[in-house]
Amino acid sequence: MSGYVEGVIILIGINIIAVLGVSILTGFTRLFSFGNAGFMAIGAYTSAILTTKFNMPFIISLLGGMFVAALISLALGKLTLGLKGDYFLITTLGFGECTRVLIEFLDPITGGARGYAGIPQKTTLFIVLISVVLAITVARNLLNSKYGRNLKAIREQEIAADAVGIDTARFKQLSFTVSAVYAGWAGALFAHYYMFITPVMFNLDKSSELTITVVIGGLGSLTGSIIATTVLTLLPEVLRSVANYRMLFYGIAVVLIITLRPNGLMGYKELSASWIKNLLLQIRRMFRCRKEVA
Amino acid sequence: MFIQQLVNGVSIGGIYALMATGYALIYSLLGFSNWAHGDVAMLGAYIGFLCVATVRMPFWLSALTALLGAGVISILNERLAYRRIRRNNAPTMFLMIAAMGLSVTFQNMVIVFLGPKFRTYPPVIPVKAISLGSIKIGVLDIFSMAFVIIAMSLLELLITKTKFGLAIRAASSNMITASLMGINIDFYITLVFLLAGSFAGAGGVLLGLKYTVYPQMGNVSLKAFIASVFGGLGSVRGAIVGAFIIGIMEVFVSGFITSGLRDLFTFGLLIAILLIKPSGLFGIDIQDKA
Repeated sequence: MSGYVEGVIILIGINIIAVLGVSILTGFTRLFSFGNAGFMAIGAYTSAILTTKFNMPFIISLLGGMFVAALISLALGKLTLGLKGDYFLITTLGFGECTRVLIEFLDPITGGARGYAGIPQKTTLFIVLISVVLAITVARNLLNSKYGRNLKAIREQEIAADAVGIDTARFKQLSFTVSAVYAGWAGALFAHYYMFITPVMFNLDKSSELTITVVIGGLGSLTGSIIATTVLTLLPEVLRSVANYRMLFYGIAVVLIITLRPNGLMGYKELSASWIKNLLLQIRRMFRCRKEVA
Repeated sequence: MFIQQLVNGVSIGGIYALMATGYALIYSLLGFSNWAHGDVAMLGAYIGFLCVATVRMPFWLSALTALLGAGVISILNERLAYRRIRRNNAPTMFLMIAAMGLSVTFQNMVIVFLGPKFRTYPPVIPVKAISLGSIKIGVLDIFSMAFVIIAMSLLELLITKTKFGLAIRAASSNMITASLMGINIDFYITLVFLLAGSFAGAGGVLLGLKYTVYPQMGNVSLKAFIASVFGGLGSVRGAIVGAFIIGIMEVFVSGFITSGLRDLFTFGLLIAILLIKPSGLFGIDIQDKA
C-alpha cells in the first residue's frame, strides 16, 4: 500500500476515535461541549512528553495520555456538570482555551507556541486499526449496556431520568470522562503519527469540527458518526479544489441539517444488515407502487 | 499608571458591554446563548470597513450602514434558522448547534470571499491622545465611550419606559402568557434581534477602529458572553456591569501580571462565578441552573 493511502487511513482512524468520543457525549447524552480539542491536546502532549523525556514505550505513553485526560475530565466534570447547557458549554470552551494558553505559556516543558518537535513516529496503520476496532467495540457495548441506556434516558428527559432513580450526575460524569479518554487517545495517536504538535492544532475550530461531524452523521448514531468522519476526512483529499471551502460547507451543512433534518444522516439509527434490508424493501415497494400507478 | 490602566479598561469594557447586552437580550427571550453574535459583530465591522475603504462613503454613513447591516443579518439568522428550530420544539442544544454552524459559516464566508488578511480602517477618527495631567486618553476612546454611554442609556430607557420594553419584559418572564395577552411574540423577537445585531455591529466597528478587522475577530464576543454570565444571563444591567468588570480586569492582568495569561484569568473568573453564585450578579432564575 502506498504511503499516501496509508496516511489517509490513519488520519480517518484517528478522527473516528475523537469523533466517537463527541458522539457519546453529544449524540447520546446531549451534553454539548467545546472542550474535546483540549482533551486531545492533553493526550497528545502527555504522551509526547512521556515518550521523549521519559523514554517510555509507546503503549505506556498512550495509556498515560488517556489517563491524564480522564483525571482532568473528572475534576472538570465535578465542577461544571451540574450546570445548565449554556453554562456547561461556556466552561468547556473556557477549559479548551485555557489548555491552549497554558501549553503556550509553559514553554520549557511544552515548547510553547512554536510546538513540540522530535516525537518518534510510533503510530502505525496496524496500531490505528486495532485502536479503531477497540474504540468502536467499547462504545457499542457501553451504549447497549445498562449504563448506555441510562445515558439515553438522560438525553431524552433529564428530569424524568432523575425521577426514575438514575444518578444523572454520575452518568453524565461517566459520559464526559469516556469522551475525554477517547479524545486523549486520538491526541496521543495523532502526536506519534505527525511527530510534531503545536497548540493551534487543538483550538476551538477543532472542537467545532468534531461536533459538526457528529451532527452531520446524526446525533445518536455511532455508525452515522463513523460514516460522516470517513466521508468528511476523504472529501478534501479526493477533491483538492474544495479543500479551501471545506469549513464553509461544514457550517452551511450543520445549519441546514439542524433546521431541516435534526436527526442528521443516520439519526437514532445504526447501519446494520437489517437496516439495509428494510431500506431495500422500501425501495422495492416504492417501485411496485409506481408500476401499479403506471 | 493605575488610573491610566483603569481608563483603558473602561474603554474596552464599553465595547464588551455593547455586545454583552445583545447576548443578554436574546438570552432573556429565547433562553439560549447566541454564539453567532460575535460573528454578526465581525460582519458589521467588515461592512463598515468596505463602505469606508472601498466605496469611500463618509464615516457616519458607513457606520450607520454597518449597524443596519448587522441588524439585518441578525434578523436573518433568527428567521432562517432559530425560528424553525423553535417551531419544532427542539431541545435548546439544537439552537446552540445552529448558532455554532452559523458562526463557522460566517467566518469562513469572509475567509473565502474577502481573504484571511488583517485590515485596518483608514484614520477616520484622528489618532491623537488628550492629556489630562499624567493620563492620556485617545480621541477614539472618548468617542467610543460617549457612544457606549448614549447607547446604553437609550437601551435602558427603551426597556424600562416604553411599550416595547414592557412587551419584551413580559415575554421574557413568560412567553406563552405574554402571547395570550396579545403580544405579537415573533414581531418582538425580530425587533430584539435587530437591536442586538445593531449593537453588535456597533461593537464590531468600534473594535475595528481600535484594533484591526479580521475573520476571527468575532471570538472576542466570548468575553462579552462571559460578561453577561457574570452579570447574570438575561439581565441587561448585569451584562453592562459585568462587561466593565471584565474589561478592567483584563487590562490589569495584562498590565501588571502578563498578557499571556489574560484569557486564563478571564475564564478562571467565569468558572469561579459559576461555582460561587451561578445566577450571576443580577440573575434571577437560580433553580434551573444548579
